[in-house]
Amino acid sequence: MHRSVEPLWWLLFAIGGTLTAFLTPIHILIGGIGLAAGWARDAFAYDHIRALVSHPLARLYLFVLISLSLLHWAHRFRYTLAEALHVKPSWLPVSLACYGAAVLGTILAAVFLIRL
Amino acid sequence: MTPYHRPPRFNWWWGHRAYSLFMLRELTSVFIGAYAVLLLVLVRRLAQGRDAYEGYLQFLSSPWMVVFHVAALAAALYHSITWFGLAPKAMTVRLGDRRVPGVVIVGANYAAWIVISVILAWIVLRG
Repeated sequence: MHRSVEPLWWLLFAIGGTLTAFLTPIHILIGGIGLAAGWARDAFAYDHIRALVSHPLARLYLFVLISLSLLHWAHRFRYTLAEALHVKPSWLPVSLACYGAAVLGTILAAVFLIRL
Repeated sequence: MTPYHRPPRFNWWWGHRAYSLFMLRELTSVFIGAYAVLLLVLVRRLAQGRDAYEGYLQFLSSPWMVVFHVAALAAALYHSITWFGLAPKAMTVRLGDRRVPGVVIVGANYAAWIVISVILAWIVLRG
């Protein structure tokens, strides 16, 4: 990966790391464990969640959260993957696989949220 | 002639507490990313309509997904704790000519974390 784009990926990793540190645990607690445990069943009703997520601010929020979660993963996992494969983190296929997946997820998030 | 360097084994970090914790911290990002994918699919299922959405909720409540969510919550909490713990090293905050102690910065992060979590829980669960 070209040296000049490295700071951009690092910045997105850092912003994503901060955002997910604040937001991801409560999302998993409510939407994963709370859902399965049957807390506040009405809150998960289709009409309620659809109305909630359709709000422009909620769409923007979910776009930023999904995108930066993936970009955070991509940058951090790239080094672990390079370690496991015995290659340099700058080796293009590793970078392409990680950042490519994150960028694809970002595009899908934009399309899905706009079309909702 | 270049000297031979034996490549490190893929599991060099096993059995060393500091290295294992480092690797564990790096791998929290896998759960952060995986959860983002679940959110992405949720948006898609919502757009597809009531049946698709309700089917997805059933999938999310299945036993293996409960196991996943418990592991993901543990990973996400570990990510938050290690991330906030590094905050004072990542930034220096000054008030006037005095440097704000690291413990205050970490404390402020934890306080903000609790407030944000309560607000999000309220928005989703108020029904």
